[in-house]
This record gives sequence, structure tokens and C-alpha cells, in this order.
Amino acid sequence: MALADARARVPMLETAEHDESADRAWLEQLADGCIHYTPLVALDPPHGLILDVSGCAHLFGSERGLAVHVEARMAALRMTARLAFADTPRAAHALARYQAFVARDEATAIRKLPVAALELDPEATQGLLRAGLKSVGELAKRPMAGIAARFGAQAVTALRELLGEASRPIEPRIPATPILAERRFAEPVARTEYAIAVLGELAAEAAWQLEQRHEGGRRFKACFFRSDGLIRPLMIETSRPTRDPALVIRLMNERIESLNDPIDPGFGFDLIRLSVPVTEPLAVTQLKLEGGAAKEAEVAALIDRLSTRLGRERVCRLVTQDTHIPEQMQLALPFVEAAPPAAKWPVPTPGEPPLRPLHLFDPPQPIEVMASVPDGPPHRFRWRRKFHEVRRFEGPERIASEWWKRRDGAVDNAGLTRDYYRVEDARGRRFWVFRHGLFDEKPNPKWYLHGLFA
Amino acid sequence: MMRESVDQLAMLRRNLASIAGNRLLSGDQRIATGHLTLDAALDGGLARGRVHELFPAEADDGPSATGFAAMIALRAAGRDSPIFWLSSDQAGRRGGRLHAPGLVELGGDPGALVLGQAPDAKALLRSAADAARCPGLKALIVECWGKCPELDLTASRRLALAAEQSGVTLFLLRLEAEPLPSAADTRWSVGTTPSRPLEADSPGPPMFEIELLRRRSGPSGMRWRLEWDRDQIIFREPANSGAMVSLPAGRPVAADPWRLSA
Repeated sequence: MALADARARVPMLETAEHDESADRAWLEQLADGCIHYTPLVALDPPHGLILDVSGCAHLFGSERGLAVHVEARMAALRMTARLAFADTPRAAHALARYQAFVARDEATAIRKLPVAALELDPEATQGLLRAGLKSVGELAKRPMAGIAARFGAQAVTALRELLGEASRPIEPRIPATPILAERRFAEPVARTEYAIAVLGELAAEAAWQLEQRHEGGRRFKACFFRSDGLIRPLMIETSRPTRDPALVIRLMNERIESLNDPIDPGFGFDLIRLSVPVTEPLAVTQLKLEGGAAKEAEVAALIDRLSTRLGRERVCRLVTQDTHIPEQMQLALPFVEAAPPAAKWPVPTPGEPPLRPLHLFDPPQPIEVMASVPDGPPHRFRWRRKFHEVRRFEGPERIASEWWKRRDGAVDNAGLTRDYYRVEDARGRRFWVFRHGLFDEKPNPKWYLHGLFA
Repeated sequence: MMRESVDQLAMLRRNLASIAGNRLLSGDQRIATGHLTLDAALDGGLARGRVHELFPAEADDGPSATGFAAMIALRAAGRDSPIFWLSSDQAGRRGGRLHAPGLVELGGDPGALVLGQAPDAKALLRSAADAARCPGLKALIVECWGKCPELDLTASRRLALAAEQSGVTLFLLRLEAEPLPSAADTRWSVGTTPSRPLEADSPGPPMFEIELLRRRSGPSGMRWRLEWDRDQIIFREPANSGAMVSLPAGRPVAADPWRLSA
């Protein structure tokens, strides 16, 4: 049924766009929850999970007990579940989706399934139906060579898998074990220097674990467990994945130095743990002979060090925003966060002078303006207790308020338009000033200085 | 005996250091501005791996000095290297915050800009010293407001040494400050000057009047007028603005410091 058709029948129909990645994420979450039943859980996208419950069903009484438990949990999540038990994953997959008749045992149930359960391409399924082969049982009676000749080798493979003659193993999801290195002490360690040295050894262990997985850490967390129960966590972040223990220790030292109060060992630490909560793939890199990669890494290391010392909000990159309002055009994001997909900055027209100032005041600074005509360019203005005579100007450049973003969205309350002028005073200082509001929008519009040109 | 050999070694080391330190900078170790007479006076441009101090000519010329620093840093960094811009918290309050579309209008790429903001002058200088030690950088701008007593001769010498070893060119912007003795290679006063009028008497590209206040290895006190060409990312001599004095033929510029009538 087309969407328009459905809407015609049910006018109140609510629609949402299909989000494949969200579905997939939800399925993965359910799969993680199913670890409760068996360690071998495989995804069967787009909407299935295969659980290998061999030797696990007795924990829930029987297979029936297991099924009741799964259904109850899914119902609590407001999910509709169709369950099927079978000897092979392929048969369970087909029975859960295509079973229409009650059967005595599994073999009969499979033979009663429609040929669509083979999940061949639509043409082959159509061909089977035209040949009068409606169920899997009818097809299984035919010689395999004939089926292969008419419907392709895949039809034979699908049939044999369904009947349990050929097997296809499942790929169970193995939850990633967290990367963790810890050291317990028989006697509490009371010296901070020694604790830091131990942290260095732990960083080397974590680096080895990361290397095994071809991953690098983006965030490292060190926890010092004091013998009186106090836990002191320290967190560092890097702008690119790393597994260099020396770098991790250097950043940890920066973090310790930037703390307001130094780490107090008290009666000593009895456990030190280093974990890597956020990792990213990091292939083994080869250093370039001319040192190109090394240079980038040096800049990244510098950024990490300053982000750790000054705070992550204080070392940032500027990204562009899709708006016309000058003060909202840029956004400063912490550099250690992954760069968002780069939107392009507008390219200036060759031959034009700079039309936007290098420095912007936010909020704009109010100025007193004398203009020769009320809605004309400024003639002279006063800013920070000094008068500036305007010698040259260009404008107005009219920037309307973004009425389409206003909550009331009304045309009769659209916000004030700004008329921007690029002006130069007698000494050559260049300013960006604007009048906030047109004369038919506001009786006595105010003037502001918004930016300073180089 | 032992003592003597140690002394000799130390002397040899000193000799070597003085030879290495005084070696002439070759062409690619200079940042050519594009302004012919200025480059000629500086033996090819501003030296890379050195500290250059920039002072506004008057209190209101802060934006010009900042703009000049951004432009010369663009020339120093080239296409493939990021520009590191360090400032302190009070910069945003007093001079406005850096506006990326304005940097685009000067020919820069905000994507290749790393902004660092230090809470106070001490943290600013410490971060600046760290950044100056990073050989991956080519251009570093340190925006320093006010008198900044932390930036004494020792701190300035530390920055100069770090820059020399790593090859980072450091532009030290001293806003609302008076020149004091420092270890910088050159010291400039940057002032603004009326731009070349375009059609309908509108303001043209940025124009500066800069004065070389001090230079470690050469004469100082000269003045030049520069116009920024955004499309080529280069400085130019202003085209017949009327205030230009032609260069006397056959006389070296450096030997006869001349002044432009402003």
C-alpha cells in the first residue's frame, strides 16, 4: 500500500522514516540482553536473533520455560516476538517466519513450509510456484540435479540447509572485553612517585592489549583506590587514537599538575587500575622517511597536552554553521573531539576587499551615530568615548532576521532587520557597524558596532 | 690534566655553538612578504624559527596588528601546516573574538586553525613555550594583552630558544603594551592607514603602515606601506596611492633609512 493511499484511509496516521541504523543498534542491544540465555548469540538482520541454546535450556526448566521467559521479557519491552526451536539455525529462522500449520515434529513442520521459506530471489520462487511446487516437502522429493539445472545451485544449497543436510554455522557476537590493567599491592603504596611509575607499567600493558586488537585509546581513566576506601579517578583524552605509554603518562602528569589539590595517598593505595573506556581502530603505522606523519603526530601531541592542562573546552577548532546571522556563523568545538564532517566556508569573490571583520563583538557594542539622512550611512559615530569621522563606506548589506526559525513563526513578528555598513574613518580604521531595525519596523532604531576589520 | 681536557671540551663546544648559531639563513628559511623593498631590507623576508614582536602603533590599532599577524602567519604556514593561535581570556572581552568568516576573507582556512585560550598570562606563556617546542608547527601567534610582567627577558629568551630549536616562527602580539627589552629577532609597530578607495568610494583591501622598531642583525627605523592581496596571499606595495615615495636609484635601502611621508 502506498503512503498516500494509507493516509487517505486513516487521516490521523502517524508516519516516521525508516531508520536502518537505529533498528540495527536496537537489535544489537537486544542481542546483548540475550547473553542472559546463552553466550552464543548471533544477529540475523534485519529483525532476527539466533541463540544457540544447546545445553542452556535446562537452566530455565525446559525449552518451554526458556520460551516463556523470552516472551515475557520481550513483552515487557513492548516487542512482539516469534520464537522457533530447531536443530539448525537455518530451520529455526524459517520456522519462526513462515510456519503456517501445526505439525507433529520438526521434520514434518519443515516439509510443510511454503517454498518462500527458501528465500530465493523472487523469480526463482515464482518459477517454483508455476511448476506446482508449493511446499518444501514437494520440492525435496524431486531429484536435486533437476532443481539445480532449473533454479540454480543456490536453490539446492538453500534446500539442503533447511532440511539439515548441510550446515551453516552462526557468527556469535562476542562482547568486547574492556581493556583494563590493574595492579594490587600486598602493602599499601604511600608514595605518589611510585604510584605514577606503576601507572606507567600499566599503560604499557594496556598498550599491548590495544595492539593485539589493532586499536588505540581515545580516553584513558586511571583509578587510585586508597586503603581507606576513597577512589581518586583521573581522566585524560587524546585527539587521535594512541597506544603510546609515554604519551599517556605525560598527559596523566599534566592532569595531576592541573589539579587544585595534589593526589593525597593518605595511608596508601592498595589498587591502581588503568582502563581505556573509549577506543578507536588504529592500524600499525610506518613512519615516513621524510617525517610527514611524525609532524602531524607532534601537533596532535601538543594539542592533547594543552587540552589536558587548560581544559578540553579551551583548545578548539572553528566549524561553520548554516545561518546568516554573523554571530552564530561559527561554533568552537573542542579539538580533542572527532572533527565533524567539514562544511565549507563561503569562498570570497576574487578581487573584492574583505567583507567580514576578523574580530567580532558578541554582543555588539552600542554606538552613538549621526547620519546625514535618517536611513542613510553613518556620518560620524562615537565608540568607547571617541569620535570617528566616516570617510568611506559601503552598504547597506541587509541581513534579515531568521523568521523561519522563530517559534511563533509569524510574518507579522519577524524580528528586526539589520543594515550593515563597512566604514572607514579618517585615520583608516575599518569598522563593521549596523542599524538594528528598519524605520518602518521600529521608530528609533539603534546603532551597534559589530566587528573590527584588519 | 683531567680538568684541562674538560675545559678544552667546553671551549670547543662553545666555538661550535657560536658557529652554528651565526650561520646565515638561506632563502627558504625566510618568509618573504612579497613587498619588494621590505624583503630587500630584510635580506629576503622575516626569519623563520625566530620570535617577531608586533606592537600596535596606537591604542586603536589593535585590530590592524592582529590582522597583520594573521596575514604574515598565513604566509609562514603555507597550505599544509596549521596555525596555532594562543590568547588569554581577556582578549575576547577587550578586542572581540576571532571571527572565522573574517579569516576566510583574508585568505585563510579556519579548518587549519587551532585556537588555544589560556586563563591567565602565566598559563599563556607556558602553553606558548610548549607550542614553540613543537617542530610540527610552522606559525604560532601568541596574543598577549597589557603590560604582562610575566613576559620578562627570561621568558622571552626561553621562547626565542625554543623557536630556534624547533623552527617554529612565533609572532608575539603585544596589545596595549610598551616595547621592553626582549630576545625577539625583530620588533614592529603596525598601524592602520586609509585604504585604496574602490568604486563608489568604498573601503578597499587592508592597508598597513609598518615600522621596523628593532632588528637584531641590521638597521631599523624604516617604514613601509603594505597592502594585503587576499587572492594571492601576499603583501603588495600599494598602487599609486599618492603617498608613495619612489626608491632612490643606486642606493642601498639599508644604508640610508628613509621615511615615507604619511
